[in-house]
Amino acid sequence: MKGSKTLIEKLKEFPQLSICAGYIIMFILLTALSEDFLTTRNLLNVLRQTSSTMIVAVGMTFVLITGGIDLSVGSVAALSATLSVAFMVNYQLPVAISLLLGLLVGIACGFINGLIISKLNLPAFIVTLAMMSSARGAALVYTNGKTIVGVPDSAIKFGQGYLFSIIPIPVVVMAIILVIAGIFITKTVFSRYIYAVGGNEECAKLSGINVNRVKLVVYSLSGLGAAIAGIIMTMRLASGQPTLGEGLEMDAIAACVLGGTSLSGGKGFLFGTIIGSVFLTTLSNGLNLMGVSSYMQQVLKGLIIVAAVCMYERKKN
Amino acid sequence: MEKYYVEMKDITKSFGGVHALKNVSFRIVSGRVNVLIGENGAGKSTLMKILSGAYHEDEGQIWIDGRKVRIPDSQTALEQGIVMVYQELNLVPGMTVMDNMYLGVEKAHNGFLDKKAAKLAAQELLDMYNLGIQADDLVEELNVGKQQMIEIIKAVSKEAKVIVMDEPTSSLSQKECEELFDMIKTLTQDGVAIVYISHRMEEIFRIGDYITVMRDGEYVGDWKVKEIDQNFLVRQMVGREISQMFPKEPVPIGETVLKVENITKAGLFKDVSFELKRGEILGMAGLIGAGRTEVALSIFGRFQVDSGNIYLRGEKVCISNPRSAIMHRIAYVPEDRKGQGLDLNSRIRDNISISNMDRVGQGGLVNMGEENKLVKEMIEILHIKTPSPMQLAGNLSGGNQQKVVLAKWISRDIDVLILDEPTRGVDVGAKEEIHKLIVELARKGIGIIMISSELPEVLGMSDRILVMHEGKVTGILDAEGATQEAIMEKAAAVNV
Repeated sequence: MKGSKTLIEKLKEFPQLSICAGYIIMFILLTALSEDFLTTRNLLNVLRQTSSTMIVAVGMTFVLITGGIDLSVGSVAALSATLSVAFMVNYQLPVAISLLLGLLVGIACGFINGLIISKLNLPAFIVTLAMMSSARGAALVYTNGKTIVGVPDSAIKFGQGYLFSIIPIPVVVMAIILVIAGIFITKTVFSRYIYAVGGNEECAKLSGINVNRVKLVVYSLSGLGAAIAGIIMTMRLASGQPTLGEGLEMDAIAACVLGGTSLSGGKGFLFGTIIGSVFLTTLSNGLNLMGVSSYMQQVLKGLIIVAAVCMYERKKN
Repeated sequence: MEKYYVEMKDITKSFGGVHALKNVSFRIVSGRVNVLIGENGAGKSTLMKILSGAYHEDEGQIWIDGRKVRIPDSQTALEQGIVMVYQELNLVPGMTVMDNMYLGVEKAHNGFLDKKAAKLAAQELLDMYNLGIQADDLVEELNVGKQQMIEIIKAVSKEAKVIVMDEPTSSLSQKECEELFDMIKTLTQDGVAIVYISHRMEEIFRIGDYITVMRDGEYVGDWKVKEIDQNFLVRQMVGREISQMFPKEPVPIGETVLKVENITKAGLFKDVSFELKRGEILGMAGLIGAGRTEVALSIFGRFQVDSGNIYLRGEKVCISNPRSAIMHRIAYVPEDRKGQGLDLNSRIRDNISISNMDRVGQGGLVNMGEENKLVKEMIEILHIKTPSPMQLAGNLSGGNQQKVVLAKWISRDIDVLILDEPTRGVDVGAKEEIHKLIVELARKGIGIIMISSELPEVLGMSDRILVMHEGKVTGILDAEGATQEAIMEKAAAVNV
């Protein structure tokens, strides 16, 4: 490469420098302040806790890069997971098929979002806000607001099981998704289209990109992510709850923003989202260990998000 | 030289060790049009940003009205009567003309708006310049020319002594330009100093009084416009002779590659027909709003025509979207490179390869080796000045940005190339290069449609010239023997 830079210069240009540095400092502090923090068990626990948010945030990152937003993920997670459980319990369908149908419900919700946004050219905020309401409503109507119990053991292991009796299954699922998403967003032709649509939609159209198809795909992927996360959370609880995943969209967006993904589109980092998501979970895990109230935790979370965005904005100028 | 109102003396400014300005001097005379000229990157904008308080000089002095001043921020500049009218307009589209004019300095009593007073005062100003605009018109309903005039009136209402206009005519039609020039005349008669930045030679010689030339961040000299000619000026700007502004050469003309037959789109254009041959450059002239861009976008599939046929290489084709146009080996370089041609926040590499994914993609994955090869090749062929293909497109100068847009398309195997204002806002050096490239592409047998509002360019580069007026073709002239007057007659439809 021409004009090779020193390691320090490269490091300075690294967009997630501040958040990574912040994470390391927090990690050291928590290790010092709580003796329960730096244990294999607890760290794997952090990863398990973060898995559902992270999986949703991956899809959210794609959506944000196109310049959109998906507020419906929490509700879609609830709808696909409750229906999935209903297929197993109420209709006695095989577990694998029930899970697959659950995922299809998620994809379908995302597809509908994408279809309305691209074909009718409506703002993503409004469309997904409507889906947020309708999908949640549908889950509540179907269950009549009640929890569905009696989930088969073979399904519960997706939330509670372990690989090699140490690594939680949700973490394994998350890792697989991250590897696929990582390849997808750096190596594929389609990823260039995602960035192009968010960077300059008219330019993308005039470059021969099927913009509508790009939007359909990212919202469908977001729906799929929501469904996977919903199923993991449900299996952890071993029951189908229609109120599942409330506020999930905000956690996911917070993770993306913390990782440097821009809400105005065209810019986003999968790595940033990973760090952002782990950051938020580690924070609440550590604060829990230290006995800080969950109310106070919310205040701190808000402050950190604002501080992080300030840092990114300053870097830009 | 007459007594000057502003003098910038030995201004030096560097960004991170790179000199943007080196000992630059610039004087602004009241009641005159002071032209500031230089290629892109010569430092004109930096100098003006210092004058308006957006940047601070490292060294040098600024004198206003005989007193040495410091301009730490834009507020101070405003107080000194210095107002900038930017290329990108600073108006709120959804608000009325008067609300825009008094934005930030609203006419009010105890916090309540005095709409009546605002309307009266605004209307008085508007009428003073015969603009035919109502104070309660919505800005978004006015054309670009009128919007720009409101911007200028806004400056006048702030009692501006110096108005800086950066490329004010770049998106104006001929008629709007005339209106602007009239306005400038009135302003100078009232004693206002105009700083006029433009690349268009004719304008400069028409309305300019004094001219200051900059090159590579340095002051080259200043002259009275009356005392110099165009060749001299270009030599000063580029530091070398520009051999030919329009290096048009005869190339073999082949068979018809594109035939457009009576295409119509309601409200935009009607019954447009023409043929384009291989190796031919068909200039498209007309006023802004004549429908030239709309015709181009329809051939490229961005718009759907209501009726009419398009034939490519003798076969009738149906082009439903840009994608299918690209498949049919048509390419379109849009007029607005920032809004349509480029993603400014993405890399040069990604911008060039985005239209070449069918070539650099393999089984859905991007073949980075192929991609780098293609992009490097294009950077070399087009002499794009950049340290690396990973540079953001937004960091390039106008000329280099335009070359990136061209690279997106000439890297493909195409038969028809539509260029929409290919050299707008591009400096003289890059302009010459782009013109040479156009001739080379024609030589390769590509049929080229070149939309341009610059008549010398149309006359200098085309084989034939198609003129449009209000959505209709009013004439197709042979470039040989055609004159600016003949084109303008057709464009304004004097004889139709």
